[in-house]
Amino acid sequence: MVDHNWLRESATFSRPVIAEIERAARTGIYDIRGFGAKRHVPSFDDLVFLGASMSRYPLEGYRERCDTRVTLGDRFAEKPITLDIPITIAGMSFGALSAQAKEALGRGASQMGTSTTTGDGGMTPEERRHSTHLVYQYLPSRYGMNPDDLRRADAIEMVVGQGAKPGGGGMLLGQKISDRVADMRDLPAGIDQRSACRHPDWTGPDDLEIKIQELREITDWQIPIYVKVGAARTYYDVTLAVKAGADVVVVDGMQGGTAATQDVFIEHVGIPTLPAVRQAVEALTELGMHRKVQLIVSGGIRSGADVAKALAMGADAVSIGTAALIALGDNNAVHEAEYNKLGTSAGFYDDYQDGRDPAGICTQDPELASRLDPVEAGKRLANYLNVLNLEAQTIARACGKSHVHNLEPQDLAALTIEAAAMAGVPLAGTEWVPGKQM
Amino acid sequence: MTTFDLCDGVRPLNACLHEASAKSVSVVNPAGRHAIAVGAVAAHDVSIDGNVGYYCGGMNQHASIAVHGNAGPGLAENIMSGRVHVHGDASQYCAASGHGGLVVVDGNASSRCGISMKGVDIVVRGNVGHMSAFMAQKGCLVVCGDAGEALGDSLYEARLFVRGDVASLGADCVEKPMETAHCVQLDSLLLAAGVTDCDSSAFRRFGSARELYHFNIDNTAAY
Repeated sequence: MVDHNWLRESATFSRPVIAEIERAARTGIYDIRGFGAKRHVPSFDDLVFLGASMSRYPLEGYRERCDTRVTLGDRFAEKPITLDIPITIAGMSFGALSAQAKEALGRGASQMGTSTTTGDGGMTPEERRHSTHLVYQYLPSRYGMNPDDLRRADAIEMVVGQGAKPGGGGMLLGQKISDRVADMRDLPAGIDQRSACRHPDWTGPDDLEIKIQELREITDWQIPIYVKVGAARTYYDVTLAVKAGADVVVVDGMQGGTAATQDVFIEHVGIPTLPAVRQAVEALTELGMHRKVQLIVSGGIRSGADVAKALAMGADAVSIGTAALIALGDNNAVHEAEYNKLGTSAGFYDDYQDGRDPAGICTQDPELASRLDPVEAGKRLANYLNVLNLEAQTIARACGKSHVHNLEPQDLAALTIEAAAMAGVPLAGTEWVPGKQM
Repeated sequence: MTTFDLCDGVRPLNACLHEASAKSVSVVNPAGRHAIAVGAVAAHDVSIDGNVGYYCGGMNQHASIAVHGNAGPGLAENIMSGRVHVHGDASQYCAASGHGGLVVVDGNASSRCGISMKGVDIVVRGNVGHMSAFMAQKGCLVVCGDAGEALGDSLYEARLFVRGDVASLGADCVEKPMETAHCVQLDSLLLAAGVTDCDSSAFRRFGSARELYHFNIDNTAAY
């Protein structure tokens, strides 16, 4: 008989740590998985809003208007994008996702008047057809890259990095390389496809400026050009992106998801979204470009509160990836029996790279992919986006704002010293911002 | 013949090349400017008198572009079709990620020539620098001179033909026998490039050993 009162688990060698050591010893290879960082990091949960009181008065819910429209890319582009809500869908590839999932993302985003984004592997006709606003990712691999799709896009996103793996490339394992995916990427079917970590034809910010000029020339200066970076040296990266001529900067924190990379990369490279937003806004402000070059923030956005907090810190919009997949049906308990067969459970599934997703989202298996109805899934995504928007509006009205962009850092307080330091807002109940003179 | 003086910038030239009707175009005073003749969409005939900067002929479709000078980095990057011919030397990343068409360099090409190529054919009459054809997927790279270090590193299905010396091969790149079909293909490329002083009999062929096509822990020493 074991007396559990005497079992003391090690904080250093916890059961998950022991399991990972055992797995590594058994296989000799690091763990590759999807999803984002699972460890606890300081986040928007560590901030609260200071609702209206004697010095501020609120707007009437359900009566007084609170706008959410946002225009992206009006620095140089002839045709900037205007979205009804400040919540966009992040880049996720056809290949990593099924064609049905890509279509559903386009449908859901379009119903809510916002944008979706291609990914590594190029643009599919389905997502173009079902996306009112489609951002075309320009990636190091250049899989499927062609000038016709470039001109069909509503914006270009130059991907320098992503939050899950700043400094890393990608690997789409062979089991997800169907004939169609292989054809779009000009590679044999069934082989593991490496996505490069560096662009093949430019290095550094000076080259990037020239590359952006080329893309503008090819698209006749019509559409905005975003630059996406994984959150790391965010202040400098944003500064250099603006210098290189970006219309929009996208900053993806370490909670941002991926279809496949090493667990050690996901959990240990990059900084959380919270400090990245502050650093990005500081860079834009110091350059006199805040609100002139728009800032999109992503990485762990789940709720309208997260949206409102990001905007209050100075972002112009947010982007969601993992949350959007969950809205489509990822990790839904309805598939529990099948998750169990894969050795996991609903809520824990992260083996996106294996291509056996019971929800039919992260797969190229025709039978699995057919389980996802793009119309129904798109509607679920639209519902979810609507809730995020309503929640953000609710908070903005409570702070007396007639536009969500009027939220400001002064509306926020931090619950922890770490969050106060990272976000640059006072610790709740004090005027103290760690690192700043009182 | 329409003449564009690039003292006025590249915008009027590129706007013209984005029109669907084919034109004969002369370009003067390029002075190393970037993004010259990019994104052409029709069978234009473009002649550039002088040196060009980054990305000349980028994403070309159908046009025939001749550079009577040297070219900067990223010549004909992501070319889809048509032809880009540099009569001098080309800097790094020549024809990077090109999907189709033909790129000819009469002189030498620097490092990473044909990096990530996806179907373009490249003929370099001189030498190519290190890491050429890195992660090359499809198409042919023909080097009439020598190739630098790590040729064809992490190669996929592209074919590499080299007449001179190869400093070293990259990971998973191996020499393969020249068979009749390869000779026919190579002679055709040499003819198309205007190379008349040699034929396929002087070349060796290199391709992927396909050992790295599936991630295997036993191969980690190769990376």
